[in-house]
Amino acid sequence: MRMKNAAVSFFSGVAFVVFLAAGTPCSAQIDHNITPVTTTAQSKVGSMTGHAYGVVDSGAQVYRRYCVGCHGPAGDGNGENAQWIDPKPRDFTAATFKCRSTPTGTLPTDEDLYDSITRGFVNSNMPSWRPLPPDIRANLVAMVKSFSPRWQTEKPGTPIQITAETPVTIESVLHGRELFQKMECWKCHGPAGKGDGPSASTLTDSQNNPIKPFNFSAGDRFKCGATNADLYRDFMTGLDGTPMPSFADVIKPEEAWDLVHFLRTLQPMDTKERELWKSYAAAHKTDIKPIGPDTGAQ
Amino acid sequence: MALALLVAVSSALVVLAAPPAGNGSISGKVTYTGTPPKMKPIDMSKEPTCAKQHATPVMTENLVTGPGNALQDVVVYISAGAPETSAPTQTLRYDQKGCQYLPHVLAMEANQPFEIYNDDQTSHNIHPLAKVNPEWNKSQPPGTPPIQAKYEKPERIPVKCNIHPWMHGYFIVLNTSHFSVTGDDGSFSLKDLPAGKYTVTAWQEQSEPQTQDVTLGAGESKSVNFTFKVLPY
Repeated sequence: MRMKNAAVSFFSGVAFVVFLAAGTPCSAQIDHNITPVTTTAQSKVGSMTGHAYGVVDSGAQVYRRYCVGCHGPAGDGNGENAQWIDPKPRDFTAATFKCRSTPTGTLPTDEDLYDSITRGFVNSNMPSWRPLPPDIRANLVAMVKSFSPRWQTEKPGTPIQITAETPVTIESVLHGRELFQKMECWKCHGPAGKGDGPSASTLTDSQNNPIKPFNFSAGDRFKCGATNADLYRDFMTGLDGTPMPSFADVIKPEEAWDLVHFLRTLQPMDTKERELWKSYAAAHKTDIKPIGPDTGAQ
Repeated sequence: MALALLVAVSSALVVLAAPPAGNGSISGKVTYTGTPPKMKPIDMSKEPTCAKQHATPVMTENLVTGPGNALQDVVVYISAGAPETSAPTQTLRYDQKGCQYLPHVLAMEANQPFEIYNDDQTSHNIHPLAKVNPEWNKSQPPGTPPIQAKYEKPERIPVKCNIHPWMHGYFIVLNTSHFSVTGDDGSFSLKDLPAGKYTVTAWQEQSEPQTQDVTLGAGESKSVNFTFKVLPY
């Protein structure tokens, strides 16, 4: 199997070049205990890194140095540090990832994994790996993908389209607020977005570990990026493996932007959305319906 | 010679057109021994639109019993020896109604299409915790169209709604079209079986699955019963 894969990559021109350039120098020191397959992983990450293909052999060495302590030799998230860590390290064998550009239930793109490694995950033990050179991060993407057989039979999903952001207006903020009620966001995230909704204390991730809904009043330490487009993507893709579902089939693009604009009013930073909401709320003190169960079903 | 060829070809066509559908059957009853755990009433007061749909509180459904020690929601299926079936076309229906999953256990064949409806006045998020198949999690507000889904690989998938933590059910994806889910009388029936040697499996969500081997002659009907030992906790 190993020979066959090597042969396949041998004949695919670019891979061959990269194999020589990046794979060979490291291969003498590879620990084969943690190298499930020797293969090159096709990737568009190259457009960012100038490194057209991630190379597992090279990735394995770096993985052993930096990742194995938490994610484990088998990539199942059971590294020796895992028991001390909350949230738990990702289990790569399930190929379920929070931060994707692709629809719920589909595999992420290589860019998504590359971005996750680069960005790290705030509010967790996963640091940013930006200090590693881009080609090494690309090799780690290939390594992460080697742990699940899903990558052999499935293709990544088609990334969701992020439409041009709509203007920030009070109408947009108010409509976003209505959606926050109607889509039951408050059931977990709380009426004021403090992560204290009625279902918050019951939430577990797919490994049955307790998990907290995001507390918007704590700032913008969002796991999958803090820009408006990142928040838009979070609603549409859902964060797989967590209770956060995908809304791609049930809200329109402009509604998703409205929701983004409303969420900015829940945050402590001074934003245009927050200014608009503050002045509206001051002028309409009596006729603002509170978010939560008392307003009844929509 | 020509006639023989014709006969051979036409019989081959018959085989191709219809998989060997027999008229044998395996049926029986699933019961329990021991003391079943008491199911607990579910407090739906946090979701008034659901709570008011139930005159008496809904009970948990981890182990549902019927009269005569019958065990409900047990999936009985042919786990080995089943004849090949053509791709399933019938679309199954799964409802979220009164903040409950109806049915509690939905058995289906791999690649069988099914539709998930939200009949409630509240949003649900439907989150099947698949491990072998892709795991997805979708929001379904009231009045939105049904979610179309299917699973390619056999797997027992717990289903939950994170918004309403008491909601839980199962998708049982099977390699066969020969399956049956017991009702409150605990009975099941597996029909249209040709002669052959079969393994029948019974699965209950809180118990170890049980299997029995059954050899069926042509057109034969056999009775097979399953008994689960249950504990009060």
